[in-house]
Order: sequence, then C-alpha cells, then structure tokens
Amino acid sequence: MSDGLTRFIIIILYLASLLFLGFFASKLFRGTKKDYMLASNSIGPFLLLMSIFGTTMTAFALVGSSGEAWKEGVGVYGMLASSSGIIHSLCFFLIGVKLWALGRRFGYTTQIQYFRDRLQTDWIGVLLFPILVGLIIPYLLIGVMAGGTVMNQMTDGAFGEPKREPPKFENLSEKATEISGIYKKAKLALEAENEEEVEKYLGEAKAKIVALHDGKLPGAPVAQKALPKWMGSLLICGVVLIYVFYGGMRGTAWANAFQTIVFMILGVVTFVYLSYAIGGQKDKGLFENLKAATAKVTPAKKLQSQIGVWGKVAKDSASEEKGVAIKANVLAKKLKPVAELKEFQTRKQMSFLKFVTYMFIPLSVGMFPHLFQHWLTAKDANSFKIPVICHPLFIMIVWVPCVLIGIWGTTTGYAGSPNGILVFLVKTETGAILGGFLSAGILAAIMSSLDSQFLCIGTMFTTDIVNHYLPGKYNDKQQLWIARAFIIGIVAVTYCLSLLSISSVFALGVWCFSGFSALFPLVFASVYWKRLTTAGGYACVIVAATSWIVFFYLAIQSGNIRTYTVDFGEYQTMPVVWMILASTVSMIVVSLITPSMDEKHLERFFPTKKLN
Amino acid sequence: MKNVVWGLVILLIILHQDFWFWENDYAVFGFIPMGLFYHAMISVGAGVTWYLATVYAWPEGVENVQPEYDEAEDGK
Repeated sequence: MSDGLTRFIIIILYLASLLFLGFFASKLFRGTKKDYMLASNSIGPFLLLMSIFGTTMTAFALVGSSGEAWKEGVGVYGMLASSSGIIHSLCFFLIGVKLWALGRRFGYTTQIQYFRDRLQTDWIGVLLFPILVGLIIPYLLIGVMAGGTVMNQMTDGAFGEPKREPPKFENLSEKATEISGIYKKAKLALEAENEEEVEKYLGEAKAKIVALHDGKLPGAPVAQKALPKWMGSLLICGVVLIYVFYGGMRGTAWANAFQTIVFMILGVVTFVYLSYAIGGQKDKGLFENLKAATAKVTPAKKLQSQIGVWGKVAKDSASEEKGVAIKANVLAKKLKPVAELKEFQTRKQMSFLKFVTYMFIPLSVGMFPHLFQHWLTAKDANSFKIPVICHPLFIMIVWVPCVLIGIWGTTTGYAGSPNGILVFLVKTETGAILGGFLSAGILAAIMSSLDSQFLCIGTMFTTDIVNHYLPGKYNDKQQLWIARAFIIGIVAVTYCLSLLSISSVFALGVWCFSGFSALFPLVFASVYWKRLTTAGGYACVIVAATSWIVFFYLAIQSGNIRTYTVDFGEYQTMPVVWMILASTVSMIVVSLITPSMDEKHLERFFPTKKLN
Repeated sequence: MKNVVWGLVILLIILHQDFWFWENDYAVFGFIPMGLFYHAMISVGAGVTWYLATVYAWPEGVENVQPEYDEAEDGK
C-alpha cells in the first residue's frame, strides 16, 4: 500500500469518527432551538476550554506557526502566540464572563441581540449583520481552501504511483547537470562566505532555469494521483455540515474537544519524531537530538541547504526523469543577498514597533460572533475559570514545538511556500501512519473552527433576521431548518469561492482579525461604560468599517496585502492600531456629545445592587 | 489583591515587549532559542496571572445569575 493511500485511509477513518461523534451528540438533542444553538447552557469547564481553544486555533496553529517560523524565525511566537495568551484570556475574563451573565439574564443567543438591547436600536443589527458575516466568510474560505490543500498534498500518490511528467526539454540531462554544477559552485562560495560569488552563481542558475521554462520561473511541484483539492474541500465541508446539523452546539462542542485533543497530542508526537529525524543522532536520546537539530540552524543554512538539495535534484532530474526536479528552482524566486538572510533564532530582521502593535490583533476574539455563542453555552460563570487559566498554556503546548519545527525546517532544503513546510517534513521525514495521523490533526485544527463558524452564521440569520422581523411566525423546528438552509447557502458560496483558488485569500486572515479588533471598543464600552450612547455605538461601527476599507484599499494599492504596514519613516505599525484608535475616539466623542441613555435602561446592565 | 492582579497583567504586557532579548541567540537547554524560551515563559506567567485573577479579581454578581425572561419564550 502506498504512503499516500495509507494517509488517505487514516484521514477517512478520522472523518468517520467525527460523524459518529455528531450522531452520538444528536441522541442527546432536546429538539429545541436553544438546545441546538446553545446546548441549553450546559457546557462545563473542560468542554468550554476545549471548544474555545479549538475554535480560536485554526489551521494556522499547526501549519501557519511552523510556516511563519520557517520564514521569519522564532519571533513569530512572541508576535502571534504569547500575545494571544495574554489578550485572549483577558477578553474571556473581562468580556466573556460579563456577556455570559447578561446573556443568561436576558436570554441572548447572538451578539446582535445583545447590541440591539444594550443600545436600544434595531438598526445596529442591520448595520452589524453584513459586517460580521462579511468578515467571517473570508475566514471560512481560508479553512475550506486549507482543508482541500492538506487533503491533496497528504494523499499524494494515493491512487497510483505519483509519477510526474518529466520536463520536455531538449538535452535536459546536459542542462540539468550544468545547473547542478552552478548550484554546487554557489554552495562552495557560500561556505567561503563570498557573497558576491554566491549571488553571481545563483543569478546564473536562475537565468538558465528561466530560459528552460520559456522565460518563466517554474511553479512548485503538484501532488499527483491524489485527492483533488476541490474534492478535499467538499469532503471537509460535508463532514462538518453533517455533524453540525445533527449535533448542533453540543455536537460542535464535543467535536471541538475531541479535535483539540487530537491536534495537541499529534503536534507533540510529531515534534518528538522530527527532532530525531532532523537531529540525526539515532543512538542518542531526545535531548541530544533536540540540541543537534537546533545547532544546525544558522543564518545561511537555509539557503545553503536549499542550494545543496536543489543542485542535487536538478542533476537527478535528468538521469531519473523526475520532473519535479527542475521545479526546485522556486528557490530562485526567493533569492536574497546573503547579508539579508534571516537569523532564525533571533528577531534581528523583525520591526520592533510592528511586533508591539501586532498585540492589538488578538483583541478580535472579543468580537468574534462564534466565540460569543460559545461563551453563552457555559453552564455557569465558574466554567470560565479553567479556560481563562489554561488558554495561554495550551497555546504554548501547541506553538512552541511548531515554531521549533519551523526553524529546523530551514536546514532541510525545502524551498516551497512557508505553509507547506510542516506537510513537507511529515511527508519526507516520518512514516505513512504518523503522516496520516498528523494530516488528521491538521484537519482537526481546521474543522474545529469551521464548525463553530457554520453554526454561528445559521444562528445569526435565524435569530437576528428571521425571528427578529417575523416574530412567532415559525416554530422551533422550522427555525432550525431555516438555520440549516442558511448555513448550506453560505457554505455553498464559500465552497464556490474556494474553487476560484484565490491565492491572496490567505492574506485576508489578518484583515479579518483586524476588522473584528476595530469593533472591540464597542463591546468593551457596552459592558463597562455607562456613558456609551446609541449614536456612539453607531459611530464606532461606521468608523471601524470605514477605516478598515481605507486601509485595505491602501494595502491593495501598495500591492502587498499580506504584510502591509502603516509606516512612519523606518517605523512600521500594524493598521489595526489606527483602526482601533479611530473607532474608539469616534465612539467616545459622539457618546459624550449626545444625551446619555435612560437611567432605568442602564440599571439593567449596570445594576447598583448585586444580582444575586 | 485585585490591584496586584491587574498590576501583574500590565507587567506581563510590558514584559512582552522584550527588546532586551531581541538579538540574543543563546539556546536555553541547548535547543530553545532565548527569544522563544522567554516568550514561552510569558505564556506560563500569563497562566499564573490569570489563575490569580480568577481567585482574587473574579467579577462580582456573576454567580447564580437567574433568567429574567420567560425561558419558554425567546429572550430579547
């Protein structure tokens, strides 16, 4: 049995187990809308921890963390993970517990219900609904596309030998050997620290490769005889839809808990396995291998190893007719002067101000509608304590191994896209069975976010649109079917968009988070600031949306959506800071110049006596 | 004690901006680069701080919250 087929079978078994879990959860379904959407407020501390953690950790937790570390070095942990550990728990503590209490008292199911009630205006829902759904769709799209890509890559060769067409060039053998020779010279020059020579030889190799490909640089190798991406995405959507449909919020929480356990355990297992594979000290223990693997990481090692590996591959391509070989030259796209090579163990090349301002991005969790819904599932306020404490520790358990794997990956000759490094290492350094389980783990991270988002958009549509404007027209059962129909509609749109293979969609991730973060002042003020007024709330939302559009337009104009920053000379800042500043200032100013809300109304949200 | 907890949260946020280890390439235990180890410890510190927050700064009035709407009907 081929490795690809083994991995495919393990993935299918994993997906089947999720369906079983959803089916089992459906046996406990009480048939009411509240049970479907909020699991009848029955979720205890452990399930709440696992479902919240699983929801906030997307595919990025495994694939993206290792990829960013491979690209940027260890600084990504501080920039993305430890900051999230502080800020996420801060949001759960300051916002989550309070909103849970308000939701319990007044029976909210969605964010919009809460804002309509708190700000005493119907139109805030009309304004927020498209913004929230609009920000979730790209987020869904990332998950759906990532799921298809992982399935495709990990089932490479599952349905036959992964034979790749050899490049059809005249005298390939001669040319490949020639290119390989140039790479060899470049490697020697790099060892001699002769930067000029390195750049000269790499430039020479690149020119020859481009000439071989009719003036274009070749793309990365494509998985052969594998499950097509479109089918992988469809399978992922189908499985998540089924268990969300049957299990509702309870099924989603259970599936999230199960999937979170799966990706945490598999992440650690892969880390140990790869430390032996990359450390290369077969006769020594784990600790020695960890040291050996990290010791291999040097600033020039990435380029050096790529040059070495691809030089060999270029040569082999002619003799063994492996067409993938010449494509190795994606490396050529990434050539940089040696002096600019990243130091993967430090943050030498990272902008300090960008690092500082990145800390505003995790505030987005305060405004995630799917997280709001998870918060409301809690059995009591005490259920929040374990998630608040353990969330930063769980982030550490998942991220530290992945970041180390990422920097070790710089020594392995990999030259594809950053997000592919983990899949590459698993495919080349581990066995088929572990590879299959790790594929399941990556899919678990993807699906544990998708399910909550699917359920959330269905809930929002039913509650904030259908039931709000047509109260009493539909019974619980009918409302459940309306929610399901809307979910199918949104998933169908997302799936169709995923077929377009919009490469820049992954760059939208940080923009989605920035949009939610820009709305954070609204939720914070609504809970803690009595002086917030209806007009102030509108000002916050309108300015947040406008500033987001302006910065996004500027990013498009700059041609760099993914890494766009607002620069002041040499100082780089994340646009999210300016969005939050703008929405906060407008909310405060407008609230202060408009009459405060009715005291009797405010008493409901800011009671002068204890509730109990 | 509540103020101490919030002081710790602010301290964590300040300690997170560790320009002092920016270019430090020392490997703790021989395999974890300092920039990674330090931030892993920030995560541990966050766990401890949030534990203290749940003990000493837990919001009042959130226990035993009772529904003020007819649960047979929808809420707001």
